Amino acid sequence: MARPKKKKNKEIFALGNEAVVEGALLAGCDFYAGYPITPSSEIMEIMAQRLPRIPNGSFVQMEDEIGGLGAVIGASLAGRKALTATSGPGFSLMQEHIGYGCITETPLVIVNVMRGGPSTGLPTSPAQGDVQQARWGTHGDHSIIVLSASNVQECLEMTIEAFNLAEKYRTPVILLIDEITAHTREKITIPNEAEFEVFNRTLPTMPPEWYKPYEETVRGVPPMPAIGSGYRFHVTGLTHDVNGFPTSRPDEVRELNERLFRKIDQFLHDVQIVEEIDTEDAEVAVIAYGTVARSAELAVKQARDLGVKAGLLKLKTLFPYPRKATEKLMYRAKTIIVPEMNMGQISREVKRVNNGQVSVRTINKVDGQIITPAEILKVLTRV
Amino acid sequence: MADIKGTQLIHEYLRHNKKFPHVFCSGCGHGIVLGSLIRSIHGLGLSKDDVCIVAGIGCSGRLAAYVDFNTVHTCHGRALTFATGIKMAKPGMHVIVVMGDGDSMAIGGNHLIHAARRNIGVTALILNNNIYGMTGGQCSPTTPAGANTQTTPMGQMEQSFDCVELCTAAGANFVARGSVFHVKRLDSMIMEGIKNPGFGVVEIMTPCFTQYGRKNGFKSPVEMFHALKKNVVKRERFDEIPEADRGEKVPSGIFVQKDTPGLEEKFYEMAARCQGGK
Repeated sequence: MARPKKKKNKEIFALGNEAVVEGALLAGCDFYAGYPITPSSEIMEIMAQRLPRIPNGSFVQMEDEIGGLGAVIGASLAGRKALTATSGPGFSLMQEHIGYGCITETPLVIVNVMRGGPSTGLPTSPAQGDVQQARWGTHGDHSIIVLSASNVQECLEMTIEAFNLAEKYRTPVILLIDEITAHTREKITIPNEAEFEVFNRTLPTMPPEWYKPYEETVRGVPPMPAIGSGYRFHVTGLTHDVNGFPTSRPDEVRELNERLFRKIDQFLHDVQIVEEIDTEDAEVAVIAYGTVARSAELAVKQARDLGVKAGLLKLKTLFPYPRKATEKLMYRAKTIIVPEMNMGQISREVKRVNNGQVSVRTINKVDGQIITPAEILKVLTRV
Repeated sequence: MADIKGTQLIHEYLRHNKKFPHVFCSGCGHGIVLGSLIRSIHGLGLSKDDVCIVAGIGCSGRLAAYVDFNTVHTCHGRALTFATGIKMAKPGMHVIVVMGDGDSMAIGGNHLIHAARRNIGVTALILNNNIYGMTGGQCSPTTPAGANTQTTPMGQMEQSFDCVELCTAAGANFVARGSVFHVKRLDSMIMEGIKNPGFGVVEIMTPCFTQYGRKNGFKSPVEMFHALKKNVVKRERFDEIPEADRGEKVPSGIFVQKDTPGLEEKFYEMAARCQGGK
């Protein structure tokens, strides 16, 4: 009797930017709007090819990134799963609408392929300069989810994750990758449908006349109907009450603002994704994200070969900052090294967690070049 | 829908769970536009669920909250970008955008001309009161030369935009201008605008006594309505007036009416070809 053939996963040779598209489509993305910008343009170009070929898919090139994110929010309100991709200068333009997405609790995903800055900076060189901007770029106190990916496979996986978190928590999710990963071509495996989960926003089950668009729920995330589905409600960037209408009553304002934080903060275990490599007995540990985490992984391996008890905490969620995972690392490690292609944006968070138990060393590089394994290894072996 | 008349009709479409009173000053023309919009939608027999009102920021932006449709109150100047997303995602939806003059032609000027060029199937109502009303009466891109405003205390020195010419040049499918004094004509213009495929613009001249009139020699809102009556003339009549005598007069009526299919129609047609061809 012939053994049933195990269906082999599809493998492709893809750019990081292509993997983002694959991930988005697997997660159910059916809308893209944006504006071309190096080094993220491939995402838009491939979307222009692919979206018209899937049922209900739509694509529109807007006049700028402000328009791009505006159209994405509009489409998401109309029930679509929408994506836009950009790089530093475009990300700066998007900040206004990120805040709108936060206060109206609109699920959407922004991929920011980081390049050198400030301003026009280094369009074709990598950097990690937009990390704190992703967290705090839009005005007003707000909560947001920021993810990162360090290789092409992760670009695919984290894009799926980004859509799931956006839908689950009704929030904008920002995925930060950098120019190197975006433009690296490597073999990746496309997961089978059974191997990953797709989460869709919760729809209201009550009749339209009972529906209150911003009512408190157990999870803190109200159900969200699509525009045109019979639930007519008001969406506004003004601070609103449970019915969605503008308010300045202190009790209603407080309720909304606190819920926007609470809905994410009470599920940190679900939101904070990290990968621990050789951390159990690590005396010196590296905390890294993005392409730098890849260099760090090799450096840690080499340091182990040299007899150094090294470990790596790879951050896939940058914000809300994985405080618990960092604290756990600090119980044993005496030194933490934070290599970044900026002057110290995540090391700031690490130092906030630290309380002075360990020594935090940073490796900062802002010359448009990647931090190499050798550079990390040098610090690993010296401490 | 049953034949309902006058204020009864308005009540049918207002949101009763919204905390009234509204924000409009006495003498404001925005409420007249709201009435006209409701009559137009009722006249076309559109279902409330199939209408989406997208508004920008400013006094006109508040209009959306009062009516019982799908309503989105967006960021300053960006209403058309949201509307583009909604129309592309739900091509069957009647998307009507309500903006002010500063909203649509200053901060949102780029979005306006590109929406017109792109010919996305939304209808934009531009409530032109020649001033930034909500922020306290600053000069807008349509403030006439010489006018006194909070930011031009010695008189406005810049040229102002002609919304109709701007949108016509940018390629809009439907361009019209009306006023809140000529309500019947306004009703039919808005109806035509909604029915027409592709991008439509209706510029609506509306007075702002509180922020504009008081500083520019008008003694009462009524005087401003009289000025509208005098100055907004049918385009056929306007063309007959010799150029030297035109003064503050502006032409009104439908200036452009083309039936080029909107971007969303073209896109989904292309998508159907892509999916069918495979």
